[in-house]
Amino acid sequence: MSLTTSSRKQGENQPDDGASPAKPPRIKIGKSSEDSDKKGAHRRVKDVEICVPIVYGTIAFYLGRKASESQSHKWTVYVRGATNEDLGVVIKRVVFQLHPSFNNPTRVLESPPFELSECGWGEFEIGISLFFHNDICDKQLDLFHHLKLYPEDESGPQTTKKPVVVESYNEIVYPDPSENFLARVQNHPAVIVPRMPAGFNLPYPVSIESVNEREKGDTKDHPLSQWFMNFSEADELLKLAAARQQVQAHIVKLRRQLSVMDGPPPLSKQPTGYDYT
Amino acid sequence: MDAKDILGLPKNSVTQEKKSRPQKDSQRKPDGISREVYALTGGLAPLIPAIEASQLKKRPPSDEKITWQWLPFTNSARKDNLHLYHWVRIVNGVPPTGDYSFAKYNKMWTKEETDQLFELCQSFDLRFIVIADRFPSSRTVEELKDRYYSVARAMLIARAPSPGDISGHPLVKEPYNVSQETERKRALSMVLSQTKQQERKDAEVLAEAKRITESRMVARGAEESELPVPSNAGPESAERAAAIPADTVSPSSNVQQHPSAAVAPSTITVDNASILASLRMLRVYLRTYALDQMVQAASSSAGLRTIKRVEQTLQELGVNLKPRVPTKAVCAEHLELRREILTLLNLQKQLQYKEAEGSSYRDGSYADTPGTPKHLSHGGDQDRTFVPDMSFAGERMGKRDQKRKAPGRLSEAPLPAHKRPRKSKAADL
Repeated sequence: MSLTTSSRKQGENQPDDGASPAKPPRIKIGKSSEDSDKKGAHRRVKDVEICVPIVYGTIAFYLGRKASESQSHKWTVYVRGATNEDLGVVIKRVVFQLHPSFNNPTRVLESPPFELSECGWGEFEIGISLFFHNDICDKQLDLFHHLKLYPEDESGPQTTKKPVVVESYNEIVYPDPSENFLARVQNHPAVIVPRMPAGFNLPYPVSIESVNEREKGDTKDHPLSQWFMNFSEADELLKLAAARQQVQAHIVKLRRQLSVMDGPPPLSKQPTGYDYT
Repeated sequence: MDAKDILGLPKNSVTQEKKSRPQKDSQRKPDGISREVYALTGGLAPLIPAIEASQLKKRPPSDEKITWQWLPFTNSARKDNLHLYHWVRIVNGVPPTGDYSFAKYNKMWTKEETDQLFELCQSFDLRFIVIADRFPSSRTVEELKDRYYSVARAMLIARAPSPGDISGHPLVKEPYNVSQETERKRALSMVLSQTKQQERKDAEVLAEAKRITESRMVARGAEESELPVPSNAGPESAERAAAIPADTVSPSSNVQQHPSAAVAPSTITVDNASILASLRMLRVYLRTYALDQMVQAASSSAGLRTIKRVEQTLQELGVNLKPRVPTKAVCAEHLELRREILTLLNLQKQLQYKEAEGSSYRDGSYADTPGTPKHLSHGGDQDRTFVPDMSFAGERMGKRDQKRKAPGRLSEAPLPAHKRPRKSKAADL
């Protein structure tokens, strides 16, 4: 199956829809919804932190017999949801910045799955810029990933069967989301939303334009999914807890030593009640 | 069985019969209700049946004739004389009497109720919590108080010879305000039930506010070239702080060279609370970025050496310097671990200094203090044998008195004080 990429020259990149007229909400309940929509775009929800866990990285295959000097590997760089859910709910666009030796080194992906495949021979740092939907924020988030083509274990010839996979886990945090954003993503599987304070009312969720255009954006059945790494916080938490215990035990011991060194309490000849003289 | 043999009792006695009987009974226990419904109760009848099984089958008594009539009714709780109709259950042609059944839920006070209230107030000495508990119809404490105080106030005003006489009376001057009281109690209970997280957040905001007002004081002091007065960060500054956190960074950085030594350190040392506050100012950030900021803040008071030692310790403990799965929980744990390691290192340093003092006594003229130094060296050995894993601690104790040839991992192990005075840097803590 071929992986499609959409690339554009940077100049062609349309400016963001900052000045465009208000998009008609897909679900409309009377006129009041539009007013609350506008207000909801500005009203922010304090103490509610939206978190989107992502994994980004590269998978590189040695081309074997089909390899040439300038194209020895075929690799894919991508950003996916940590649980392979559709990131299109928060990410509007991803821009991959490749090595200048590539044609059109600035590759723009306007829809999920946010990935890009290329052929090459060299390892370099890929810049990954995430752009979010208008109701989320204007700021972009930049990531960097080093493309690895050659395996750690240099023994033996390269195999075309097993790729070199490097993935990094991270979480995008929106510390104080707008009401509209929160309403829209509240129940989406790609997004972690904490429990809302009691009695909290959100405006009716307004879906964004691109929803109907998009086909499947999740990576659950992605052809490369067999190579995806598993990121479980359980192991790390366990290790951290064990480490903390060790350190805490040591601290207690040291404190005890220090207090003993400060001198035992002075011997007192005061009657303690057991003195019968 | 053997006991019976010994005692010579007959084997097939009463007990065996009893065993077989309950077995059969449980299989056909339900009576009056279907077996499945009975099973919902857990398959075992309650000791005191709430509802008689027989009741469930036949409810309406045969001697009563029940008919339903569409009748008008009025509601004493309404003031507008509205006449509505509803179905009424008539027993033997006699319609029910009494007010509309839901009227009693109306919050109006009847004379009867008020009398009851006053009686209770008298006997319980205005202890409203107790009165509320004993009051026949359910009223909140605030409602009871409101009724009592408004009646008392009205009576006072009515009985007074002239309004001026009682204008100073507290009941007249400050009448009981129900809504305010309810609100106040609600706010108190919210404060009481504030989660740790919220407390922390409040602390952050206040810390940020303090930092901002202090840096503003510094800026103002520098401009006017006079010593800054220590600011009293009052609660009002918290609101201002929330509005303008960003532009305080520039004045404080310009002002570094000015001699306001008392105030400057507080702006330089970054508080964890202010990091959190500044993170929240961002619209979006990565979890790893947040962790890095907080790690930096935590180590801001530590020298480079200490930071390296923290990292070494982490490696020895088998913990990644940067978490592989940086979730919120993992980052929090990681940060706490780093803080604890810092504490540990500080304690070790303290211990070393103390030992250094002790050993300087030993090497001096005091030959007859066997207690302390012995204990120290013993403590060192103890340390090594007890915690073989924490090699960094053990080795430190061992190398204490050795001459240092090359700077190794423990290059910063301090020698006893009298051998070489150790320059203490403010940053190297």
